[in-house]
Amino acid sequence: MSAAFTRAIVVGGSSGIGEAIARQLAAEGAQVAVVARREAELARVVAAAASAASAASAPGKIKAYVHDAADVDAVPELFAKIVADLGGLDTLVYAAGAMPAVAEGEYSFEKDRTMVAVNLLGAMAWMNPAVARFEAARSGTVVGISSIAGERGRRGNPGYCTSKAALSTYLESLRNRCARYGVNVVTVKPGFVDTAMTRGMKGLFWLISADEAAKQALSLARRGSGASGFVPARWGLVALVVRMLPSFVFRRLNF
Amino acid sequence: MGSLAGDGVAPLRTKAPWRVLDGFGRAVHAACRYAAPRSVEELEEVLGQAWDEGLSVAFRGSGRSYGDAALNTEGIVVDATGLDRVVRWEPETGVFEAEPGVTIEGLWRRTIEDGFWPAVVPGTMKPTLGGCVSMNIHGKNNFRAGTFGEHVLELDLLTPGRGKLRCSREENPEIFHAVVGGLGLLGAVTRVKLQLKRVESGRLRVRSLSAWSLDEMFDQFEGCLPGSDYVVGWVDCFARGEALGRGQIHAASYLEAGEDPEGRDSLHVEAQGLPGHILGVPKSKLWRLMKPFTNDFWVSVVNGLKFRASTWEHGKSYLQSHVGFAFLLDYVPDWRLAYGAGGFIQVQVFVPHEGARACLHDVLAMCQEAGLPSYLGVLKRHRPDAFLLSHAVDGWSLALDFRVTAQTRARLWALTEQLTERVLAAGGRFYFAKDAVLRPEDVTRAYGRERLEGFLALKAALDPRQVLRSDLLRRALPPGPIG
Repeated sequence: MSAAFTRAIVVGGSSGIGEAIARQLAAEGAQVAVVARREAELARVVAAAASAASAASAPGKIKAYVHDAADVDAVPELFAKIVADLGGLDTLVYAAGAMPAVAEGEYSFEKDRTMVAVNLLGAMAWMNPAVARFEAARSGTVVGISSIAGERGRRGNPGYCTSKAALSTYLESLRNRCARYGVNVVTVKPGFVDTAMTRGMKGLFWLISADEAAKQALSLARRGSGASGFVPARWGLVALVVRMLPSFVFRRLNF
Repeated sequence: MGSLAGDGVAPLRTKAPWRVLDGFGRAVHAACRYAAPRSVEELEEVLGQAWDEGLSVAFRGSGRSYGDAALNTEGIVVDATGLDRVVRWEPETGVFEAEPGVTIEGLWRRTIEDGFWPAVVPGTMKPTLGGCVSMNIHGKNNFRAGTFGEHVLELDLLTPGRGKLRCSREENPEIFHAVVGGLGLLGAVTRVKLQLKRVESGRLRVRSLSAWSLDEMFDQFEGCLPGSDYVVGWVDCFARGEALGRGQIHAASYLEAGEDPEGRDSLHVEAQGLPGHILGVPKSKLWRLMKPFTNDFWVSVVNGLKFRASTWEHGKSYLQSHVGFAFLLDYVPDWRLAYGAGGFIQVQVFVPHEGARACLHDVLAMCQEAGLPSYLGVLKRHRPDAFLLSHAVDGWSLALDFRVTAQTRARLWALTEQLTERVLAAGGRFYFAKDAVLRPEDVTRAYGRERLEGFLALKAALDPRQVLRSDLLRRALPPGPIG
């Protein structure tokens, strides 16, 4: 079964992987609701998509909705409004993510809270209504942009690793919960992607563009039967090694 | 109705969890928001909040409606099973008063030892009283005792627009006759007062007959009617040609005082059990065993064997408990799961006596021509009643269960359109507790424009903001004034 993406919500779609996914979906003719916090960025995405659409033969449309992913209480109303505007829904992409820099020796609850709110709670707030809808319809796709950072608790950013590990587990549970009802839940675990989040970071390797990450994410999603994969796939090898490293070794590394 | 909730109460839109609910037949599903009030006050609060927030509300009891009557896509589904208090029981007169979440099972367990049995029960004891009122359910004694509503003395209705109303044949009679069978769309039934039937024994005398054709089925059925309190026919829908409509009839009568050799001991709750094992299999596991056999080939084989077996029993009679006779659908818990992932639908058609034989003959033949024979056919006799949206006609009904699969779904829906057309041509009606397929134009033809407009006008008066909505309403009832 291959999945169709015709009416999509992309949360966190004003930059990075989310933006690239939104644009690619629109280029394929989908109606896309892009949800993001920053109005100026949203306007830029809509304008870029509109100019691309005027050149294409089967133009999809991007519509923008301003929303802070951490504001979970606002989701039910916004979700209902977007679904009504789109005239239905078959795809939800959750790409919102926060990764504030955490300095050596810094312990900030505020930063942890932001990451859990944006990376995890926001995902739960959007996925609950979407998956309920998809289960009832016996079809639909949910794509969660998690991270290879969720594979192991690294010393660099405990809040980020935790939020992504939780997101990966949450997506896995959802997949196991509703695969039998034809719902396609996809976990995308990128390695290093060239976005605002990674800009200025040192020691990056195997860096790919957001467009490439989006393309690979959508190709995972298109399999239709639920999938979890690293983007690009070779990060799977890294994850395998990282997961197998014994703790007494892992805690001595600066990785 | 204003919100009873004070400031600081989380809106339903945020706090009510999503729940994917199904119709009993599992062929339709809906993502709904779910609320389960534990008291009438909490129910009032939910209705008030829904009114304030512009959310729709549908009521759900035990979820025994086969189609979408208790589903409300995107809206709130209020699970009424928490409102399960028995308000009053009068063992001298047989008057029973309870909240709507009390089930038929809860009712008979409470009353049978005092010698009272519900005057009308469906084929399962699981439905709630609220559901029985809203669907105006019937049983195998519809021809004699009428529908459930005929035994409702009084009910309390909580309406979004006009607050609490007491309804009976004397008080608000117009509303009373619309709420019974009103699909839960006029208000929440918060209390039901019922008149039960006095019984002298916990058992019935049951007679079994077999019929080799549809005509014989009708003839024998009619022969049973004068002397019986309950009559029901099982139809083997796979039998063709001369044998079309063959099956088995069970006719039952109440026992007079002194007729039961066990006397009143049979009224004990323990004497009303269903078997724990069937063919040596614990009944909770039985549906799994049935599943690989729930297909055209095996059902036709099993039906053939069942019919043969019925011919050996022809003319025999025996005593059977009320529960054993009435609640055939409860012998195998979760039997609906045996139909597999696609579930099933039930089509129950009601046809006036005149022309019923020809119509039901055509209905059975159409199913066979379409290659979609029903796995279970049940024939009953009905009488009309005074309720606004009553399905009961002076005639017959045939209930047909159809397995739904991804491959057959479209063909099956096309078949139901054909069946609907044939039944409408015979002046027939349908039953919303079972239905999953009717369209507004079918319903308008079945019930008549005047009747439906009357119902919708009453709804507009009692529920001016149209808070009470269900997927059934959206699918099958005309949206506004009927043009």
